[in-house]
This record gives sequence, C-alpha cells and structure tokens, in this order.
Amino acid sequence: MTDVNLIINEQIEKYGRERQALMPILQKIVADKNYITEDELALVAEALDLSAADVYGTATFYTFLDVVPRGKYVIRVCKTISCHMSGKDEIIKTLEKTLGIKLGETTPDRKFTLLQANCMGWCHKGPVMLINDEVYPELTPEKAIAIVQEYIAK
Amino acid sequence: MAKYNVNLKINNIPITVEEGTTVLEAARKLNFRIPTLCQHPDLCVAGNCRVCVVEQKGAKTLVASCAMPVSEGMEIFTNSEKVRTARKHIIELLLSEHNTECTSCYKNGKCELQSLANEYLVNEKDFIKLVYDKKYTIDDFSPSIIKDDSKCIRCQRCVRTCTSMQYVSALAVAYKGEHQKISTFFEKPMNSVVCTNCGQCVNRCPTGALVEKNYIDQVWDAINDPEVHVVCQTAPAVRVGLGEDLGLTPGNRVTGKMVAALKRLGFDSVLDTDFTADLTILEEGTELLTRLKKALVEKDETIALPMMTSCSPGWIKFIEHKFSNLLPNLSTCKSPQQMFGALAKTFYAQKKGWRADKVVSVSIMPCTAKKYEANRPEMRDSGFKDVDYVLTTRELAMMIRQAGINFDELPEEKYDSIMGTSSGAAVIFGATGGVMEAALRTAYEIVTGREVPFKNLDIIPVRGFDGIKETTIKLENCKPEWGFLEGAELKCAIAHGLANANKLMSAVANGTVSYHFIEIMACPGGCLGGGGQPIPTNEEIRRKRMEAIYEEDANMPIRKSHENPEILQLYEEFLGKPNSHKAHELLHTHYTKRKRY
Amino acid sequence: MEKNRISKVDLIFENDGTLVNTVLDKVKKMNPDDIIMEMIDSGLKGRGGAGFPTGLKWKFTKAENSYDKYVVCNADEGEPGTFKDREILDRVPEKVFTGMAVAGYAIGARKGYMYLRAEYNFLLKGLIKKVEEFNKLLKDKGFDFNIEIRSGAGAYICGEESALFESIEGKRGEPRNKPPYPTVAGLFNKPTSINNVETLVYATVIMKYGAEKFKEMGTKDSRGSKVFSISGDTPNAGIYELELGMTVAAFVDEFGDGDTKAVQVGGASGICVPRKKFNDMIIGYEGVPTGGSMMLFNSSRSMYNVLKDYLEFFAEESCGQCTPCRVGCQQLLRGIEAVKKGEKDPSYLETLKKLAQTMKISAKCGLGQSVANPFISIVDNFREEIIY
Repeated sequence: MTDVNLIINEQIEKYGRERQALMPILQKIVADKNYITEDELALVAEALDLSAADVYGTATFYTFLDVVPRGKYVIRVCKTISCHMSGKDEIIKTLEKTLGIKLGETTPDRKFTLLQANCMGWCHKGPVMLINDEVYPELTPEKAIAIVQEYIAK
Repeated sequence: MAKYNVNLKINNIPITVEEGTTVLEAARKLNFRIPTLCQHPDLCVAGNCRVCVVEQKGAKTLVASCAMPVSEGMEIFTNSEKVRTARKHIIELLLSEHNTECTSCYKNGKCELQSLANEYLVNEKDFIKLVYDKKYTIDDFSPSIIKDDSKCIRCQRCVRTCTSMQYVSALAVAYKGEHQKISTFFEKPMNSVVCTNCGQCVNRCPTGALVEKNYIDQVWDAINDPEVHVVCQTAPAVRVGLGEDLGLTPGNRVTGKMVAALKRLGFDSVLDTDFTADLTILEEGTELLTRLKKALVEKDETIALPMMTSCSPGWIKFIEHKFSNLLPNLSTCKSPQQMFGALAKTFYAQKKGWRADKVVSVSIMPCTAKKYEANRPEMRDSGFKDVDYVLTTRELAMMIRQAGINFDELPEEKYDSIMGTSSGAAVIFGATGGVMEAALRTAYEIVTGREVPFKNLDIIPVRGFDGIKETTIKLENCKPEWGFLEGAELKCAIAHGLANANKLMSAVANGTVSYHFIEIMACPGGCLGGGGQPIPTNEEIRRKRMEAIYEEDANMPIRKSHENPEILQLYEEFLGKPNSHKAHELLHTHYTKRKRY
Repeated sequence: MEKNRISKVDLIFENDGTLVNTVLDKVKKMNPDDIIMEMIDSGLKGRGGAGFPTGLKWKFTKAENSYDKYVVCNADEGEPGTFKDREILDRVPEKVFTGMAVAGYAIGARKGYMYLRAEYNFLLKGLIKKVEEFNKLLKDKGFDFNIEIRSGAGAYICGEESALFESIEGKRGEPRNKPPYPTVAGLFNKPTSINNVETLVYATVIMKYGAEKFKEMGTKDSRGSKVFSISGDTPNAGIYELELGMTVAAFVDEFGDGDTKAVQVGGASGICVPRKKFNDMIIGYEGVPTGGSMMLFNSSRSMYNVLKDYLEFFAEESCGQCTPCRVGCQQLLRGIEAVKKGEKDPSYLETLKKLAQTMKISAKCGLGQSVANPFISIVDNFREEIIY
C-alpha cells in the first residue's frame, strides 16, 4: 500500500466513503506531498467512486490544491491591495533573486516554489507570505531573505 | 402530495400554475418566450448563463427565470428596459469570450448563441475580444467528437449531460474565474479518457464547441473516385430523424426519399443496416439460446448470464471502462453496422464481382460512437477496414443540401439488393426495447414453433421511455429439441441512457437482480435519440421519432428477422448457419478492459 | 450615539474567564424561543457584511421541521482588507464556539461546522485542540451538540454561504440558485443557520449582557458595536471594536494620516468613499455597510492601481459559473486598462459602468453583484486618475 492509499483510507475512516471526504483527502495529500499527481487523483476518485474528471475539476477550483509539481516549500506572497501598497513587489524580486527562480517556478532541487496568492488576511501587517502553512507578516526584503535562508538550511 | 395552485402575473397578465413551476415555464404557458442558453429540457437547472433573467417587482436584482419557482402574488416582467439591457450585455459578454469566426464554423446557422446575437442586434464591438488572448487548443483526437474551447460559453449543458444523463463524467468544470473551463481529467484528449463517444453532449451544445468529427469531404472524394465502388448502409433510426434536418417536422418517416437522395448523391449501392439487424437477431438469438442450454442443461458455470446486447458502441465503451468484470456477459455479436461492414467487403463484393480493396463502405448512423466503433482495431475482419466512413444523420442532411436536392419533392425509392431487404423487427432496433422485441419475436418462435403471444406481434411491455423496463416471457409447449426450456420464464430487462444502464449494471453486479437477457442502448430513447441525430432533441421529439419507428414496423410485410429471405439466402450461400465458424470469424468480436477514467 | 466621534468598545475581546460557563449555564435554562426573541430584540445583524438579522435567521431555521439541522460558522474570511475573524479565532475562539452552541440549542441542531479558510491553517492545530475541549464541556453540561472544523483550500467565493456548503460537501465552491435559502435547505440540503465568526461572538455577548445593553449602542438601523479591520495609509492599522453609526469623517479623524483622500469601506467588494463625502456617510446599514474592512488611501496612491488590483482579484476569484461575473470582471479589468493606455476613449468608462450595473442585477451571487460597488464609486469619484 502506498502512502496515498494510507491517506485515503485514514480520511475515509474519519469522514466516510462519501463525497465530503474529498476535500480532507486532497488537503492531506497536499500537506504530505506538496501536490497531487495524476495517478493519485485517479486513486482518490476510485476510492470515493467519483469521476476522475470531476475530482480534477474540484481540485483545480482551489488554489491550494496543486495538481502541478511543487517544491517542498511553497512560498505564497500576498499580492492583494494592502500588501501591494506596502511593497510585495520588492519582496517577490528579492525572493526571485535569492532562490534563482521566477514567480510561478520551482527550484531545480524541488525545494521551493514561488507563487503569488490573493489576500491572506494580514492587511495591517503587509507584506506577508505563507511558506506552506506558516505565516510571515511585516516582511522586509532582509527579513524575507533571512526566513528563506532558514528553510534552505533545513 | 397534492400540489397547490399559485397565482402570479407575467407582463400584467394573470396566470395560475402549480407550485414548483418555474417562472420560465409559466411565461411559456402565456406564450412569452424567454431566451435561454444553459437551460435544456432534458437537464437539471443550472441558472448559469443568465440570459433568461426577468424583472420581479420588488426584487433588488433580476431573477433567472429558469431557476426561480413561482410564488403567490409574484409580478414578473419579461421584456422591461432593465431586462433588455441586461440580456443584451450578457449576450455581448458571451460573444467577447467566443470565437466568432461564424462563417467557417460547423454550426453556422445552427448556433443558439448566433441566433440570440441576431435577435438582440448586439454590438460586438462594445466589449474587448477576450477569446484571442486565451491559448485555446482544439481537441480533435477523437474519431467522433471535436472539442473546441474557443467556442465554449461555459453553459455546462455538456457536463450535466455527461454526468447526470449518461453517468460518464468524462467532462467536468475545471479551474475558476477567468480560467474556468470545461475539461476532461487532466485535460487529456477526448480519445484517451472515459468518453463513450455517445455524442449526447454534441446534441445539447448550443454552439460549435462540441461537434461531431465530420467525414463529408472524404465521402465526396470516394463518390467522385471512378475507381472505387461506394456502398452505403443506413441505420434504422436515421429514416425517422433525417427529415427534421431537411425542413420536415419530427415524426416523419422518410425511408423512400432518403434512399432516393442517396442514389442521387452517387452511392453505387444503397443498402440497409436493417438487413444486418435481422442478421444480428439470428446470431445473437442463437448465442442466447446456446448460452441458456450450456448453463441449464450442461450446468456449465463458466457461462455468463444475463447475456447483454452489444449493438450500441457507446454502451460497449461504457462497460469496458466501468464494469469490466461484466464483459463476459456481453454478446460477442458485432453491431449491425460492423456486421454489415464485414459482409460488404466479402460477401457483397464477391456477389458484385468487385475487388474488396476497391469497395468503400460508408454508413449513415444516428450515432457519433459508431465513428469510434468503425475505427476499433478489431473491426477489420474482412481483411480491410470494414467500415471506412461513418456519417451522422446530420452529415447526410448536409450532403443532401450541398447537392441541391429538394428532399421533400423526391420520389420514394427502394433499397438495392442483396442486403437491402429487412423486417419490421430490424427497424425497431432504432428504439429502446427494439432489439429485445425483435429477439423475442424470433427466439420464442424458434423454441415453441409459435409466434410470440402478443397482439400483432407488438410486445408492448418492452416499449416506451421508462428508464429501466422489465418483462418475463414464459416458454411453454416447447419444441422437443428445446424441451429443457419447458416452463422456464425468460427474464428480460432493458435500459436506455447510460445513467440507467449504470443503475441496472450495479444491480446485476451486486446480484440484487437476476435476468437472462438485457438490452442496453447508450442514448435516451435508444438510437432514435442518438448523438448523431438532428438537433434539437427533447422528449417530445424523441416520442415522435419512436411513434414513427413503430409505424414503420407495423407497415412492413415481414415482421420477424428469421423470415427475411435475404438473410436465409446469406446463410445458404455464404455463412452456413448462425454462429457457424465463418459467422464467428466475420460477425463476432471481443472486448477490452479499460481504465476507469 | 454621537456621529462625529468614534467610540471604542471592549466586548469581543473582553477578558472574562467565566464567560463560557456563565453563558452556557444560562442558555441551558432558557427556552429556545426566548433565546431567539432575545436575539431578534437585540437587533444584531450579520457581521460578515450582508447584514441579515441574526435572530430571524435562527427563527427561520428553528421553524423548519427536520431531524438534521446544522449550525455553520463562516470562518472563510477572504475579503481583502478584512482580518478581524483571524484575530477573534486566535484570541477568543471559545466565544465563537459558545455562540455556535447557543445557536445550535436555539434552532435544534446537534452538529456545528466551522469552515476555516486555508490561509489560516496555522490556527488549525490550536483550534482543533480547543474545540475538542469545548465539545467535552458541552457534553458535560448536557448539550447534545458538537462542533467539527473543516478547512477551505484557497477560494474567496467559499465565503458565500451556499458555496461554502458545496465546499464542505466536497464539491467546487459554486454558489447555488436561491431559493431555496440555507434556512430551508443548506448544508447537506438540511436547514442551516450560517453565521459569521464575529456574529457568533456577539450572540455570546448578548446572551451574557442581554439585548438591552447591546441595543444601547449604535443607531436604529445599526445596533451595537463591530470589529473593524483597519489598514492602508494609517499610523494605527489593526483591529478595533467601535460603536456603529459614526461618520466616515469621524473615523478618518481618528485613523487617518492627515492626508486621507478616500476610504474603501467593506473591502474590495465595498464602496469607495472620497474625501468630499466623508461628512455625509454613516458607517452602518443605513449608510455604507461593512464587514469591517476600512482601507485608507492618501494622496500618494493611484486609485487606478487600487481599482485594477480589485478587478484582478475578482477576475481570479469569481467561481466562473455565471456569465455576468466571469466575463464581466475580465471586461471591466481589460476596459480600464484599455482606457489608461488610450486604446479606448474615456467615454468607454460609461459603457463599463452600464456593464457593472448589469452585473449588479444579473449575477448569480453576491460576488458578481458587488463588483459594481468599487467600480462605480471609484470611476465616478476618481475619473481623472483612471484616464490619465
């Protein structure tokens, strides 16, 4: 049994073999593996007796349920108005330079993916970024570099 | 529970309707036509496109009439200034997202968006054209269906068709916002997913986003090639649908005119799939009786029962994907189209003294899945591709128009022979329950020596639009060689539309039902509601086509497949007897387990 | 209340260790109808932004005859400029749970769901622990009610109530046709009362102090106080609980940086109030309603950029199912870009305003309907900035 089957069974145990188990399953796969592969999505669909296209359609609706390869650490910089006003562009430029990738890309070692996302609810403390589930508000370019360096060292 | 009456006013005219009626339906009763795009009578309500918005007195916003149930005292205005402005905007927005190269579009003149645009005198220049910035690709990998996202208006009729009506769900809505689109699993081409090619989405797509792959030019080329003999066959349901695409009302039987038109188009032989429908009955009926004998007399536990029909290629692909453990239950008989194809390049070519490689075999089908079926690698038992090109009813209508034939004025002509004579049992293949009825007419008579015990041979319980039908026929006073069936009750079930097929198959797989013989047709109403039939479709239209089919049957001089003289001749001269070695070689096939998506 | 000054309040975050027990014990002795009457009497309206009277919502849900009913806490705070629910969930989650339990008791639900947006996943572990403790407390006190937390996955539209139900059910978060309304057929098609995080805390507060004390604050149409998320060009960005009914001018006096040219009230989907209207606009349901987002802009900001940001947001976050919203958002965005670049005549803004008006009356849900708010208010008041 692969990890994914474990995840599927664990969540089905909790939520039942019903459609409402879909989000928890997909969320857990992303939490553990950073993104969902084609084969995994097909397995999930089969386990819940759903159409694979339907499951794909559901996953792609949600920004955080990635179905394209992502790095171990997914960095999401908030791009919405207050973070824009407080300098998210500079943060992104800094991160691009530090990681050597462009926005939307993943480092060749599959460690980091750099993305933008919509409002994260830290408008009074922008710019802000998420690295996986961890939140980093009140960023400056220096702070951003320091944070990413910590992850590089991990 | 009794339904209450609700009183409301539409454009100041009072009307009383049952509770649960939508504003759209109520307005139609008063002869106010409200435009719609996402709404379709065969599908559940979506309320997405918003062109059906109307004004409700006292409401802050307009309401979608297709999704809004009537309520007591409601006052609705269907054509106020507010409504007209909003509607025009919505149509213009759809056009801005839509590839409006209408003159080169396959659906030109038959596009619902195009006619709305015309009706509302829209100004296309008002909004910025968004369609060109999006990198749309055309998916033409499937031999049956072309999906062109640049023409998609996201009404989701196709998704609801594929999901609710057909339980296939090859198509789903993916992504959101400006990136939202109708997609297959991981945006794979249509030919590599669970799509059954049934074409029901094509029948309901309001624009040219989903159309059949047409082979009109290839067929013209063959007709114009003096070196080849072009043989065509016409499926049972085509003769009750074709007229709709040529200016006639639904329910017209146009068999004779269709034959006349085909001859004028230049086909060398105009033959009938009904002939091989009769042949299917003999092959499949014999197969059923053989299976029953092996199971009941020889107690052979490897025999799979119930036996299931295999005429519908959409159904075949469905079961290959979704119930592959039931594949042994499928009859090994090819569909009538493919039996015809295999014979066209063998028996028929020999008869005519033609070289098989100089025969081009064309079939006219109410079906898009038939295009796929003809391309299956198994379908080359004549040594060549058995059926070269499959045209839908719609494509034939287009060829007739292209040729400038005044269809309605044509004389009624007869099919060529041999392989042009058929029975009433064959023509009802075009309706759900028809294969069952035809099979019972023959099998019962083989076993008992008597006609089926139904007035005028009409086996009413297997007819009609119920999703799943059942019937039991008791076999009594059997002929000595069928004595083992004495007193047996032959239990039969019929389903049409793949959602119903899915229900029935689940019951079979779970062992909650037990039958001997099951007929399945992928499309609603059977082939008469096929994905290649004229557009639009709805239950009323399908009912008219069905009436026409049973009329055709009732008017045939021969009503039973085993009495078709050309079939008897075919066995005598070529095949030997039903299920003979040669018959197996040419007329039977096998199936493949496929991925779940 | 005095409209010309702001009045700070401390109810939501009030430090009261006995609150949960006091309220639960009090409620347990009350008749559900009396709880609902108290809520109706308080005049509390939904704090998520739409402002539906909370007591009525509970009353309608209670009136439905169904064995299964649900309380749903909408913690999918995604409106740009709003961050109060995060702060509430971080600091006083037990008050939210208490509000859910009160609602459940009042309407006859045995199950509550909290739908937390994925961006707040860092709160999840802590909340799950606390909710387990709270469920145990409820059991000990004899309540037949328990709460489960479900997560979103990055979709603004899931803050729309019916989209949120769809999401919990494992589907795309697409808003449903209404009617039926959630009180009749909500989550899993059962009668459901869905309330915002802050609303539920106020329900707890009202249960503690009674409707009278709450009613003393605010105005006739906007009773009580409200938590505001204040950001943008202000030296005092953050969370403030203020009495409702102040003017924008009074607000700017307190929170502005001395150079405020506009305040966006109610987030991206709210209304932009320009300086010349500060004195006339009351913050509340009779004036500019708000889910609590107040974003200030000073004269260094280009309102074109602000509007463009909003429209980009909506074009991405629209669920995409209905035409006016999916295509309309893209057209408004492309339209102002084209005007800015000179590809379209400035008069094109009038065409776009008419389109926005159509979106307002023909879109399927609140998202598409409210895009007109920022669009028309910004284009009308800052036309020059959009064109040049």
